[in-house]
Amino acid sequence: MIPCDLALIAELTHRCPLHCVYCSNPQELAARTNELPTDAWSRVFREAAELGVMQLDLTGGEPLARPDLSALVQSARDAGLYVSLITSGLPLDEKRLDELLAAGLDHLQLSFQGAREQSANEICGTKAHAQKLRVLDWLKSRRVGVTLNFVLHRGNLDQLDEMLSIAESSSASRVEFAHVQYYGWALRNRGNLLPTREQLMHSLDFFKNAQDRLLGKLRIEYVVPDYYAKFPKACMGGWARKAMLLTPSGEALPCHAAAVIPRLRFENVMEKSLREIWESSDAFQKFRGEDWMQEPCKSCDRRTQDFGGCRCQAFLLAGDASATDPVCSLSPLRSKVDAVLAEVAAIPAANAVVEPSWLYRPNPA
Amino acid sequence: MTPDPSSRPHLAPGCRLGENQGNRVLLMPERALRLSGPSLEIVNRCDGKHTIAEIVADLQKLYSKAEPKKVEQDILGYLQLLHDQRALDFAS
Repeated sequence: MIPCDLALIAELTHRCPLHCVYCSNPQELAARTNELPTDAWSRVFREAAELGVMQLDLTGGEPLARPDLSALVQSARDAGLYVSLITSGLPLDEKRLDELLAAGLDHLQLSFQGAREQSANEICGTKAHAQKLRVLDWLKSRRVGVTLNFVLHRGNLDQLDEMLSIAESSSASRVEFAHVQYYGWALRNRGNLLPTREQLMHSLDFFKNAQDRLLGKLRIEYVVPDYYAKFPKACMGGWARKAMLLTPSGEALPCHAAAVIPRLRFENVMEKSLREIWESSDAFQKFRGEDWMQEPCKSCDRRTQDFGGCRCQAFLLAGDASATDPVCSLSPLRSKVDAVLAEVAAIPAANAVVEPSWLYRPNPA
Repeated sequence: MTPDPSSRPHLAPGCRLGENQGNRVLLMPERALRLSGPSLEIVNRCDGKHTIAEIVADLQKLYSKAEPKKVEQDILGYLQLLHDQRALDFAS
C-alpha cells in the first residue's frame, strides 16, 4: 500500500521578480507560454484531494506573478485542501492580500534572504527586503497562519539575532531557518555560500536557546546542513513517499531537483491522472522502496529512517543516482564532501569573500 | 507549565479542522494530526467558548470509567502540547 497522506507542491510559474543565487528551480526554466491554465490546475487540485493529499503548497517562481492566484486558492479550498502560499511578498499589496484571504488561503510563508537590507538584496539581485517588512505589517491585522523562512548561508549567519527579532515582532507562529541546499543554482554558487563549521556550531547553540526561550510563542524549526551531518537527510521524507511536485507545465516530479537525474521520464498531468502518475509512473517507481539500494544502504539499519539520503545529491556528487548519498559518513565517497569542507575551513573569516561574484537565476522566457 | 483552567482554548490562526478519507484531521502549517476518540472530543471543544475546566468536566463524564484525575492530567497535557505546537491559543 502506497502511503497517501501526501503533500502536493505546485510550482505555478517559474517567473519571479527575485533572482536568488540559491533558487531551487531547475536551470531549465519553464516559459510562461507553457504554464498550465487555471482550469487544468483546478482539476489537478480535485484529483489531489481524491488521492488523499491534505497539504497544498502554491509556490514558484513567484506565485503572485499569476493573475489567477486567488481563483486557484479558491478552487484548492473548494477541493478540500489546506492551502499554503510560499511567496517572496513581491508583488503584493493589501487589496490582493485580502482577496487571497477571502479566497480561503490558510497559511502564508514569507521568504527572507536575511535581516539586513543590503546583504538580503544582494542575494536576490533586487530590492525586495523593505517590501517584505511592509507585508509583515499588513499581516498583523489579518487572520492567517504565518511562517517566516530565512535561508541561511555563510554571508548571513552573523544575523541570526536580527532575523529572530523580525520573527518575534511579527504575527508569525512559526519560523524556519533553512540552510541552503546545494543543487542547481546553489551548487554553482556553493563556494560563496557554504558556512564554516564554527559558524554552524554557533548557530545550533543559538537555535536551541531560542527554542527554549520561545516555547509556546513561536515554533522554531531548523535542520543541520547535510554537508556537516554524520548521516544524510531523509530527503522529501523518502522518494515518492510523502510528496509530489508539479512544474509550471504540469510535469510530475518526486522532488524539486529530480530533473538533474539523467534518463528519468516525467509524466504530465495533461496526459495522465495524478493517481496514475503517483502510483505507477517510472520516475516515482525508480527509487521507491529499497530494491534500488546499493551497499552500504542495502544492509544499513538507518535505511528506513533516511532512505539512503538524496538521489539528486548522489548523482551530483557521486555521478550515480543509486549510490549512497555521499554526505553519509558511511559512504565510500564521503571524502569528496570533506574536501569541499576543507576548502571552506581554509578561508579565515566568515565573510572573507569581498564582493563575491554570483551567478544569478534569470527569468524564463 | 499548566494551562489556566479558566482560559478558553481556540485554534490558532492557520489551524482548522478538516476531513481526509473519512478521518477528522487538525490541519496546520506543514502538518496534519489525525484525530479520533478523546483527541477529537477535546479539539472539538477548543472553540473559544468552552473553558478548560468545562472541557475536563465534559470528558470526565464521557469517559466515566476512567480515573477522573487521570483524564484531567491527560487533557491538560494534550492542550499544552497543542499550544506549544502553536495550534492552540489560550484566551482568558
